[in-house]
Amino acid sequence: MRLKCPLCGERDRREFYYFGDAVVLARPDPDAGISAWDDYLHNRDNPAGVTRDLWQHEAGCAAWIVVTRDTVSHEVLDTALASDLKRAMS
Amino acid sequence: MRIENKGLIDRTQPVNFTFDGHHYQGFAGDTVASALLANDQRLMGRSFKYHRPRGVLTAGSEEPNALVTIKRGQNVEPNVRATVQEIYDGLEVRSQNAWPTLGFDALAVNDLAAPFFSAGFYYKTFMRPRAFWERVYEPLIRRAAGLGGLSGTSNDVEYEKAFAFCDVLIIGAGPTGLMAALEAGRAGADVILADEDAQAGGRLLGETYEIDGRTGQDWAAAVIAELSSMNNVRIMSRTTVTGVYDQGTFGALERVTAHTTPRADAPRACFWRIVAKCSILAAGALERPIAFQNNDRPGIMTAGAVRAYLNRWGVTAGRDIVVFGNNDDAHRTALDLSAAGVHVAALVDSRPDVQVSGDFPVYAGAQICGASGRQGLESVTIRTQSGTERIASECLAMSGGWNPSVHMTCHMNGRPEWREDIASFVPRAGMIPGMVTAGACNGTFSTHGALLEGRKAAEKILVALGKKAIQSDLPEAEDAPIHISPLWAVGGTGRAWLDFQNDVTVKDVKQAAKENFRSVEHMKRYTTQGMATDQGKNSNVNALAILADVTGRGIPETGTTTFRPPYTPVSIAAMGAGAEGKGFAPERLVTSHESTVAQGAPMIEAGMWCRPSYFPKEGETNWRQSCDREVNMVRSSVGICDVSTLGKIDIQGPDVAAFLDFVYINTFSTLKPGRVRYGLMLREDGTVMDDGTTARLSDTHYVMTTTTAAAGAVMRHLEYVHQCLRPELDVSMISVTEQWAQFAVAGPKSRELLNELLDAPIDNDSFPFMGCGDVAIGGVNARLFRISFSGEHAYEIAVPARYGAALFNALNEHAAALGGGPYGMEALNVLRIEKGFITHAEIHGRVTAFDIGMGRMISAKKDCIGQTMAAREGLVGPNREQLIGLKPIGAVKQLTGGAHLFEPESEPTRQNSIGYVTSVGFSPTEVSFLGMGFLMNGRARHGETIKLIDHMRGIETLCEICDPVFHDPEGGKPRG
Repeated sequence: MRLKCPLCGERDRREFYYFGDAVVLARPDPDAGISAWDDYLHNRDNPAGVTRDLWQHEAGCAAWIVVTRDTVSHEVLDTALASDLKRAMS
Repeated sequence: MRIENKGLIDRTQPVNFTFDGHHYQGFAGDTVASALLANDQRLMGRSFKYHRPRGVLTAGSEEPNALVTIKRGQNVEPNVRATVQEIYDGLEVRSQNAWPTLGFDALAVNDLAAPFFSAGFYYKTFMRPRAFWERVYEPLIRRAAGLGGLSGTSNDVEYEKAFAFCDVLIIGAGPTGLMAALEAGRAGADVILADEDAQAGGRLLGETYEIDGRTGQDWAAAVIAELSSMNNVRIMSRTTVTGVYDQGTFGALERVTAHTTPRADAPRACFWRIVAKCSILAAGALERPIAFQNNDRPGIMTAGAVRAYLNRWGVTAGRDIVVFGNNDDAHRTALDLSAAGVHVAALVDSRPDVQVSGDFPVYAGAQICGASGRQGLESVTIRTQSGTERIASECLAMSGGWNPSVHMTCHMNGRPEWREDIASFVPRAGMIPGMVTAGACNGTFSTHGALLEGRKAAEKILVALGKKAIQSDLPEAEDAPIHISPLWAVGGTGRAWLDFQNDVTVKDVKQAAKENFRSVEHMKRYTTQGMATDQGKNSNVNALAILADVTGRGIPETGTTTFRPPYTPVSIAAMGAGAEGKGFAPERLVTSHESTVAQGAPMIEAGMWCRPSYFPKEGETNWRQSCDREVNMVRSSVGICDVSTLGKIDIQGPDVAAFLDFVYINTFSTLKPGRVRYGLMLREDGTVMDDGTTARLSDTHYVMTTTTAAAGAVMRHLEYVHQCLRPELDVSMISVTEQWAQFAVAGPKSRELLNELLDAPIDNDSFPFMGCGDVAIGGVNARLFRISFSGEHAYEIAVPARYGAALFNALNEHAAALGGGPYGMEALNVLRIEKGFITHAEIHGRVTAFDIGMGRMISAKKDCIGQTMAAREGLVGPNREQLIGLKPIGAVKQLTGGAHLFEPESEPTRQNSIGYVTSVGFSPTEVSFLGMGFLMNGRARHGETIKLIDHMRGIETLCEICDPVFHDPEGGKPRG
């Protein structure tokens, strides 16, 4: 498997650390309530199809990357810097 | 036997090798299989289950029968296919799965018991008694059935791994692959051409037909010569592409020196990971046997293999050869043999309307229905319209047609489709992104068709790469049409073999269907069809065709099983090359390592780091004596300990203070430059992640320390928090763990020692407790932190790593003069237990800040990671197991880590456990064992008695529940 780091280019999967669903970018406010926090921390979709997850180019430039990929075809549809996406969210 | 004037072998170069201790001679260019056949050795192995005598079935890597063990020095390589292994002088080959000898195998008695061993016999036979399964049945079966054995010793030195990148990977160097490589290479693409054979040419090496008026071999050699002259083309021979993985990644096994005597300077095999933008599969096709009674006798092989042995190696498996087929391609074998002067006893074709003429009798509309000759074929029985006829023959060439080698197109879960006209499965488009299939693996069997498709495939790839095609001239070649009439099995009694390697017969498949294992995947598992190391390359299609027949479904409806990597077996040692021992777990050494080892300190692992356990002195006979002395030394004078393994993260930028406030539960923005503060960080779920001290060097510059164990995880976490949660903060960070060598200087004489070494002396005003700053030592800039993990007046001094060894030695020398010296992990651990300081033994991933008594450190004035969830119901309160200290008060004085805590009067059952012990050590300061642990509502129970029980070690100790801080609870010492 290969992923395209937006900074370094396409690299082998071994250079990356896998974290999980990219929903963690949307951190709730401290007072958002227990169910919002429960969702944020624990509840995950497990789609057969397009999913977005977080990886870190740990053995490279240390960039955190949001990878959009298809869990069925294994196609990597898009990669983007998590920091760019997070800035765009606020 | 060897046929004069045939073959590509070099008859001027004899090669001597042994097979089961007997000496044989072959020629350069021979494989073990061809050389044994040349020496009239048809029997090469015993079958898996029934120990039936077996000879070679094929001439390629798909070989199911002729598996041998190769001895190389101390190493043995089992299950090597004799058809692939090239011979070299001194090669030692051994047969497998036979005892006492290949010719007389005692377990061949299994063959007589065959009626009991049919499909599903394990499930039906070995049901009862249950206790027998593991102790009796399994060892018995494992001894009886099997392939070659491993040596039991490591042979990793024989393997290597490597990586390669290219525009286009061409798999297979037959006519298709060569033509594709020529076109892609001429157009300037970065090409890798990989072929499992030693010599390029593929099927051309075993055929007599011409290309452009030259022999196929000459044409292939000329193409290879041209490709070799191109800088943009890499030719990888003896390299089997074994698997296709995501995003254009391929696995490939190169047999680097498997064909020569072992060499010190090169591995036996190298496992490649090849990354290709595009690929062309030109893997060719594999011939199908036909099932009939005793079709596994040595001397019976595929027609293409007989032709290849004749044309490439100049051998036949015997005299009076009979050819049996259902397609025109089989006729080539009869014609080639006849032209070479070999006696063809008969050409038997199952189709009635056959037009072929040669110097041999032709039986049209006839079938071979049986074979005899236990250790080698003696005769075959032909069934015609008018009855049966027995013909003497030592070799039968059979062809049920050809299966395109679609295996690799299925590695990403694609399924091939059935083509009725050629009675074969072919790949669908797009099964592997970026891959184009061409030639025989695509169902195009003529040489002309292969060349044309090879060029077309390259053109397609070139377009994708944005390169201009050359439109290379196509050489002239045969373009014979395909005529085939499916024939999977010849009817009749007796056992007719499908999967030679796993001993599966036509009857087994039928029985599976009868017992309702009708899905092809169920049939496979019930009969073990296709589950051997050859993955049923010769047999899967035949088996599913028979299943389709008995279940009344068509072949397309029946479908195929799944082909998975690797295409041919790859030893784990090759895939894991380099990842053994230190290659698997690299060692990290501190700058004091050499000096530490020289002092005789036993080293222990701390993650990847090597750290000293203790520093033994003369006269000390066990570790406890050394440890006790070191603890006393620190408490009374001064000790030196290398603490460089702790993670050090340099964090800078205008927003560092805000960033750290968000990471830590406590506040760092209020920390003054030149000061250090202890910090605790949580995971977002509210449990403790790590702790450590962080120093503020300036307004915008902090240095964080982490525990040794969590250094990597914390670094990743900080980057995560910054990039994913707070990218608006202007912060940069980098790990400087290995840039600084850092030593703890601990004990009442620590400042005295430092002042002997520092360029300018320090005092309590310039360096108060929890102060930090720059110092110089011998002209070298250093950092000094007044922090203590021992509870003593202590410092940590950090110098650039290149000065670490020198500083460690200087500190030791000066410490010795003060009655001090180095101390190791054992003493460090006792010192911190005496002080009640936590490590990851306590913050083990399930405890909260509340549990360790730091709940009130969570600042309510700001948000931080984990703050919200740490306040969850259930994570705070008297029901939590809370950090406590333990001290034995009864007759038994021993404490053990991992023991559980019970009320003194309660039964020591799992349900009654109300806590556990995390750390223990013998404290020479308190002259007692001391422990740390967690106890339900423990903080409210100081002074009470609790029962410690270690069920594993059989220890029961009455303890007093204590505050975890035993030593200097007021904390005056580090401030002194």
